[in-house]
Amino acid sequence: MAEHLSARDPLIHGNKNFEDVTNDICKIMDRKPTWLWWLGFSIALSALTLGIVSVTYQIMTGIGTWGLNKTVGWAFDITNFVFWVGIGHAGTLISAILFLFRQKWRTSINRSAEAMTIFAVVCAGLFPIIHMGRPWLAYWMFPYPNFRGPLWINFRSPLAWDVFAIGTYLIISATFWYFGMIPDLATVRDRAKSKIKKFFFGALSLGWNGSFRVWHRYETVYALLAGLAAPLVVSVHTVVSFDFATSAIPGWHTTTFPPYFVAGAVFSGFAMVLTLMIIARKTLRLEDYITLTHIENMTKVIILTGGIVTLSYATEFFMAWYSGNGYEQFVFLNRALGPFAWAYWIMVGCNLITPQFFWFRSIRRNVTLVFILSIFVNIGMWFERFVIIVTSLHRDFLPSSWSMYKPTWVEIGTLIGSFGLFFTLFLLFIRTMPMVSIGEVKSVLHYRGDGEKSNG
Amino acid sequence: MDRQLVAEFRNEYDLLGSVKAIRDAGFEIVDAYTPFAVHGLDKAMGLKKSRINQISFIFALIGITVGILGQYWVSAVNWPINIGGRPWNSLPAFLPVAFEVMVLFCGLGTVFSFFAWRKIKHGKSGLQPNLRATNDRFYVVMKQGQERKSSSVMLDIVKSFHGEMVGE
Repeated sequence: MAEHLSARDPLIHGNKNFEDVTNDICKIMDRKPTWLWWLGFSIALSALTLGIVSVTYQIMTGIGTWGLNKTVGWAFDITNFVFWVGIGHAGTLISAILFLFRQKWRTSINRSAEAMTIFAVVCAGLFPIIHMGRPWLAYWMFPYPNFRGPLWINFRSPLAWDVFAIGTYLIISATFWYFGMIPDLATVRDRAKSKIKKFFFGALSLGWNGSFRVWHRYETVYALLAGLAAPLVVSVHTVVSFDFATSAIPGWHTTTFPPYFVAGAVFSGFAMVLTLMIIARKTLRLEDYITLTHIENMTKVIILTGGIVTLSYATEFFMAWYSGNGYEQFVFLNRALGPFAWAYWIMVGCNLITPQFFWFRSIRRNVTLVFILSIFVNIGMWFERFVIIVTSLHRDFLPSSWSMYKPTWVEIGTLIGSFGLFFTLFLLFIRTMPMVSIGEVKSVLHYRGDGEKSNG
Repeated sequence: MDRQLVAEFRNEYDLLGSVKAIRDAGFEIVDAYTPFAVHGLDKAMGLKKSRINQISFIFALIGITVGILGQYWVSAVNWPINIGGRPWNSLPAFLPVAFEVMVLFCGLGTVFSFFAWRKIKHGKSGLQPNLRATNDRFYVVMKQGQERKSSSVMLDIVKSFHGEMVGE
């Protein structure tokens, strides 16, 4: 019985009124950063600096600074690319798909999850550009009239599809994020004391004044954007999986890749949202907004998507056996028992076993444990992409060309640098923008049907 | 021009109730100013369904047309290249990009149409009854009729919903 009652807990704790919500969220931007923020920011900035050094060195010297060889032509950078795109997916899922399903609990976390999406896609987008080796020619990816023919890009190539998918995803996510923020920016503008803040937020909030005639259209546009972002997010990781699935490499050439990748992306993305939100609620004292119920709901999504990922791993092995294709069978046996077996079993351990803990309510509501487990999922999902890419390549059709792959310091530095970029942007975001959707939280403040509660 | 009255409320339920009552009494609501999108207020104010979804449908059609015809023109007309013996017009392979272009056109087109309708521009200052409209107060702007009595009728309705008149 108690279980049923707690399921109807108010979404926002602390018996807040409307003004409390405004003040609580805006306070984060007004007060001086805490020492914890400075600590996090300096670590993130150091990591970013290491990344900038590594990238500068590898661009000036050439891609020989990587551990790639004739057999393993894709490794760290494409792993990181797929990893970061996947991280981004949870943000869109929370903001668009949960919106369409009318999941009211999304209101506390959607803003920061969307910000996370944008920063993750920025990190992801950098890797293909670095991977080109001659990033100053990156604009060749776009179809534009030129003096070389005009020679156009090859629209039959999944790599060209990637450019459009990731580009559209970045633009639409950023639009959705900014559009959703306009009313809150006006709230910040109207309570701003300093001239600079008034000017800055006045410019950004585009003259928003709370007129309901505008709200009415605004809600329609927001729903339309959500309706567009939902299929978009599915298409993006589908296209990313086409990079592999449309090739003829055993281990990549499989029709299960699109749903497998999308589920994996949501799985890893929710783990990253949990990691970030647990840090944010602790350091910014947002426990009333990001409640245990929010954390519990997210862990449930992890159980579901973790199950789909597990099923995909099993399906791959079954299909390799059932296909009767010797190369296909070899790749999967090599994954589990070959020289990269350690990576495979890290992946299996993190992605199959970790979500099983979330079946227990006591673990779902234990913030420290959820935090630790979410990091394990992040590690596991990074290794999933590494296993798919490297183990499928390193022992190819000809045993004489078999080789091993070992990352160099440049590649590891670039990976650390991408984390640095991600966390630097996120930490700057929580200082400068309303990190919880003020307007949307207010609309669910009285949610639970207790319409008689007065405010004031 | 008719006089306009502004009433202030402290929560969304009072606002909804009073808007309904004011309209039932035969007065016209000019607009409401609220800190969030109050559910059901569109019906209470008698606002029509927005037609912006038709605009976004048109943008989506433009997007998919540009996506498919653009790729066809590039790959089959302007500079055909033999790539692994694929046909010039590889329509199935063009679909992912066509879809992305459609989403891009539709999304940006919808948002910019909204901005154009609002005549929103960079740094436009907001006209609002009170700065608290973006914080914790709800405002209704009503049109006062010709009769003298009407303002007292309005006042009664507003009072009965714990609101107060704050200006004209």
